[in-house]
Amino acid sequence: MTRTTPWLFLAPALVLFAAFKFTPMWRAIEMSFHEVRPYLGDRWVGWANYQQVATDEDFLAAIGQTIVLALGQTAGSIIIGLALALLLEGSARQLWIVRTAVFLPTVAAMAVVAEVWRILYYPAPDGTMNTILGWLGAGPSQFLNGEDSSLLSVMAVGIWRGAPYDMMIFLAGLAGVDRTLYEASAADGAGIFRRIWHVTLPSLRPVFAILFTLAAIRGLRVFTEVFLLTNGGPNGSTEVLMTLIYKLGLERGELGVAAAGSMILLLATVLLTLAVQFSRARGQKR
Amino acid sequence: MRAGRAEALETALGLHTLRSRWARLGKWVLYGLLVMVFAGPLLALLVSSFTRVTDPTSLTLWPSEPTLDNFRAAFERDVLLYLGNSFIVVGGGLLLQIAVSISAAYALARKKFPGLRLVFLLILSTMMLPEEVLAIPLSLVLSDLNLVGSLFGMIIPVGAWAFSVLVMAEFMKEIPMELEEAARLDGAGDLRIFWSVVLPLCRPALGVIGIFGFTMIWDQYLLPLLVATDAQQFTLPLALRTLRSDEEVGIGVLLASALLAMLPSVIAFIAMQRQFMRGLTSGAVKG
Repeated sequence: MTRTTPWLFLAPALVLFAAFKFTPMWRAIEMSFHEVRPYLGDRWVGWANYQQVATDEDFLAAIGQTIVLALGQTAGSIIIGLALALLLEGSARQLWIVRTAVFLPTVAAMAVVAEVWRILYYPAPDGTMNTILGWLGAGPSQFLNGEDSSLLSVMAVGIWRGAPYDMMIFLAGLAGVDRTLYEASAADGAGIFRRIWHVTLPSLRPVFAILFTLAAIRGLRVFTEVFLLTNGGPNGSTEVLMTLIYKLGLERGELGVAAAGSMILLLATVLLTLAVQFSRARGQKR
Repeated sequence: MRAGRAEALETALGLHTLRSRWARLGKWVLYGLLVMVFAGPLLALLVSSFTRVTDPTSLTLWPSEPTLDNFRAAFERDVLLYLGNSFIVVGGGLLLQIAVSISAAYALARKKFPGLRLVFLLILSTMMLPEEVLAIPLSLVLSDLNLVGSLFGMIIPVGAWAFSVLVMAEFMKEIPMELEEAARLDGAGDLRIFWSVVLPLCRPALGVIGIFGFTMIWDQYLLPLLVATDAQQFTLPLALRTLRSDEEVGIGVLLASALLAMLPSVIAFIAMQRQFMRGLTSGAVKG
């Protein structure tokens, strides 16, 4: 083996990661401090782009809505995912089929999911979701078309697609729970609720940590579902950071401001991930 | 009660120990409801796309007057071209991604060299880097490389995918070094060892990164959106939005196209479910 052998095997990956991950990363940092002017050359503006992001009303609204959406989707997916996992745990073949069916929203392309939900959400009184709301004695709602209901409607689609994913991770965690603890708690005469509270949930602690980490990385960057379901509308009520950045950067050509927005998003993601990892490490020590 | 006690408590809720007829009926009603909530909308898409649709406001779960008209109309709208583009992108992208990942993983898992940890860390760090965050500068890089307006622009960037490198590297670490040394004594070079000793043993991991890469590339939206300059380069998921907003097209075409965009990843998932689940848990554990 020569000294260059490992580098030859690594070369394709290094080239691609450099070109499509690290170069864009560097360009984003650079652009965020410049006014980007095609053909004229970029002009150094210091923190001005960041200042604009931090004071612009649209940006502040988008940041707020991104956080609400991320928190709502994370909490909803984890709670419903846990419920699904508890209900569908087991080795019976019928259960396996039910789990597969429930998991389908996660594998279907987001673009497909968005089109299906746009139809289900059709805001007429006889639209599918309004009919179902009617059975429950509620509605009708404007769903994606109403300023009050649009963000919640987008969130519901995210939970619908995210909960089955969380379910699968929980199921993997449940498989690792020590069975003798169940037997012991049954022998102690503990009911279902005490068993879940004292045995199952504590054993799932690492799973919660994983799901929070994933949520931190994925939650803030939401783009495709919002872009396809509402594209930020109506009247900006579902605008999130990424849809705003996309519009600024690619439709209005304000690349510097868009880059500053991206950097803030990245910083928030990294901080959140580290915070989750940190609290996880501390939790393990105890 | 005695029977219930004898049966091992193998799940948290212990639903499988339910004995009363009503409780078991209730359990299956609940399961049916869950399937309806999560799979129902996609099933409705399947049924509706084969139905003569007059009402643009709702999907149907009950087939009536089955027809292929929606698909015929969709094919007149170039949907086959979009589907073909999607398959080119997913085929090319996946091949590149696998080739790049296994080659990098071999160096990272089986070799010791200065800089190993740094390279590993750099690749790992991109998992924390949401691709959406890089979208704007990535579009500039793509145009510098003349990749905008070409399917290559959707294929080449997906070659850099840390998840696959990581899964392969973890797996390759487990392969005993003795096998490699034996082959080396027989005079095999690195390429031979990589190709005919290590890779054949990695088949399970190849399945994992294959199915994961497939669904990930099929689901790509932002990258094709940045790259496509003309409908000629649309992938099928990308085309749905234009089909939707085309007044003349009608909902039938949208439904047929959406079904075609859904089936490949769903079929791939069902065919390779075990590998998918393994990837899901290992990927999640790695964060």
